[in-house]
Amino acid sequence: MPGTYIPSEYLPVLIFIIIATAFGFGALIIGTVFRLKKPYYEKLLPYESGIDPKGEPRTRFAVRFYIIAMLFVVFDVEAIFIYPWAIVFDKIGIFAFIEMVLFIVILLVGYIYAWKKEAFQWD
Amino acid sequence: MIQQLFFIYFAFAITGLSLLVVTRKNPVHSVLWMLLLFFHIASLYLFLNAEFMAAIQVIVYAGGILVLFLFVVLLMNIREELRIGKYIGAGPTGFTFAAALLVVVFMSLRSFVAAPPGIYSIDLIKKETHTMVLGKLMYTEFLYPFEITSLILLVAIIGAIVLAKRRLKT
Repeated sequence: MPGTYIPSEYLPVLIFIIIATAFGFGALIIGTVFRLKKPYYEKLLPYESGIDPKGEPRTRFAVRFYIIAMLFVVFDVEAIFIYPWAIVFDKIGIFAFIEMVLFIVILLVGYIYAWKKEAFQWD
Repeated sequence: MIQQLFFIYFAFAITGLSLLVVTRKNPVHSVLWMLLLFFHIASLYLFLNAEFMAAIQVIVYAGGILVLFLFVVLLMNIREELRIGKYIGAGPTGFTFAAALLVVVFMSLRSFVAAPPGIYSIDLIKKETHTMVLGKLMYTEFLYPFEITSLILLVAIIGAIVLAKRRLKT
């Protein structure tokens, strides 16, 4: 049930988040209070090494980035499954080892497929 | 009392952030609000005594899935929200369905009875650590779903390559 348990060992994390947020917002607020406000056209331009920006800042990304991101997510999830396995590995023994080999072999098929389809190639 | 206060904060923050995600005009802002949303959901997992789930929420969702969303936004090159009449024109229908769903939720909440506590009590999980309990269960009792997961991930790899790679060739 929510509202019955309090993770007290995460109190330092909470304090850290509060300090980090306060620091970020505090710097911005102090900046707005004390700085001079004299905006003009050149100052408000996006900085592009001193030349006037040309074209749209947001261009279409190549679909390759999507494949890379997708493969990253898949192997990220695979790596996540190895964490609890590594903790209980010595409790369960050889059976757990076979399970994980099977798991990795199935994903290895996907990895080889991606490799053969040249998903890792950039051009 | 303090537990309830935390839960109330997270419940309201998660609802509010979800609303912000779906109502922003700029899709990149939506993705950024979603990042904050994922962190709040991770904290909610902490309050459910599920540390490992909280860590996964941060690593996989805030780290991986969000990048995927951002790439989709940039791939499609959406500047402002897409207003397609086919999707936003059906206001009355949407409200009817939302109201019907709300009625179903309230009716099921009225007959809701908390299940008797299982063997995995807070004390046991605290003693053995959450990841250990999860691992023991997952690699013995729930072995079959675990192996199916690898097949689902395989489908995801092949699907992404089949969908995207064909365009690369041409």
